[in-house]
Amino acid sequence: MENFVIHKAATRGAADHGWLKSHHSFSFANYYNPDRMNFGVLRVLNDDTVDGGRGFGDHPHDNMEIISIPLEGDLVHKDSMGNEAVINRGEIQAMSAGTGIYHSEYNKNGTAPVKFLQIWLYPNKRNVKPRYDQVKIDLTEKNVFHQILSPNAEDAGVWIHQNAWFNMGKFDKGAETTYQLNDKTNGVYAFILSGSVTINGQLLDARDGMGILADSLNVKAETDAEILLMEVPMEL
Amino acid sequence: MKKIEIFAVCGHDGILQTIQRLINNNEQWNATCAANAAQVAALLAQSNYNLLLIGSALSEGEEAELEQMAANKNIPVIKHYGGGSGLLFGEIHEALRNG
Repeated sequence: MENFVIHKAATRGAADHGWLKSHHSFSFANYYNPDRMNFGVLRVLNDDTVDGGRGFGDHPHDNMEIISIPLEGDLVHKDSMGNEAVINRGEIQAMSAGTGIYHSEYNKNGTAPVKFLQIWLYPNKRNVKPRYDQVKIDLTEKNVFHQILSPNAEDAGVWIHQNAWFNMGKFDKGAETTYQLNDKTNGVYAFILSGSVTINGQLLDARDGMGILADSLNVKAETDAEILLMEVPMEL
Repeated sequence: MKKIEIFAVCGHDGILQTIQRLINNNEQWNATCAANAAQVAALLAQSNYNLLLIGSALSEGEEAELEQMAANKNIPVIKHYGGGSGLLFGEIHEALRNG
């Protein structure tokens, strides 16, 4: 049986703080929609744009697996574990907040905006030791998905405390592929970064999201497109 | 109007202060705070709370103890995630909605 939910881009929660413009696929901060709380353990999908030279000052987190993916520009990250790094376009960062950490994130560029996704997953265990991981992701080969996150430290991409797999890919118009789930009990939340895509017969446009329960996904690019697939457990 | 009384417990001092500030920023909510389960029992008995919020940096044993204390007084429990404003308000709204 196949179940799905579609979140069109325009129906997302929106926040405009001047220096920060954000679209929330799920309830976040002052955006509360009881019908948009989560997709399995995927709790936050924020599509953020931060003005040049601006950013989030020191603030705490706990008990979340927090993934940042720059889409345009670079982010400067500092945290209470002593990490200080620039997350460039073409990289992914994962942070296990666990028992609690402080961090800050700033746009590295003084004038141009930085655009990035911030994704929060519930962890599979509370109060783990905080940790930080960052790797390059190579999407050069087109029309295939590239794994950028998994539960396994030795696998491609960053690893997190959750039975989840993320894949990204760039697709030419007309390209078609199949995504097989790593764990058939999981669901997949597809987020279209650009272009138009049909997934299991459902047409999705840029910044649309679709949560789907199925054994596999048939993905067809209707235009040149970039896609993020987030395979996540459906039970906390 | 009577405020929603929220008892927040968190072993991370900075995050507990953040949670307290965020809750009290809502004029309809009031936070009482403790850093561990041992401080909670006496305070829970002194007043009627609408919600018990369990934060981070507590042992599994402490979390279980807190859940039992809340169950004994029929107080809904929020297991808080995120450590800040991102999820806190939604967690409280959901807990109040679901009773």
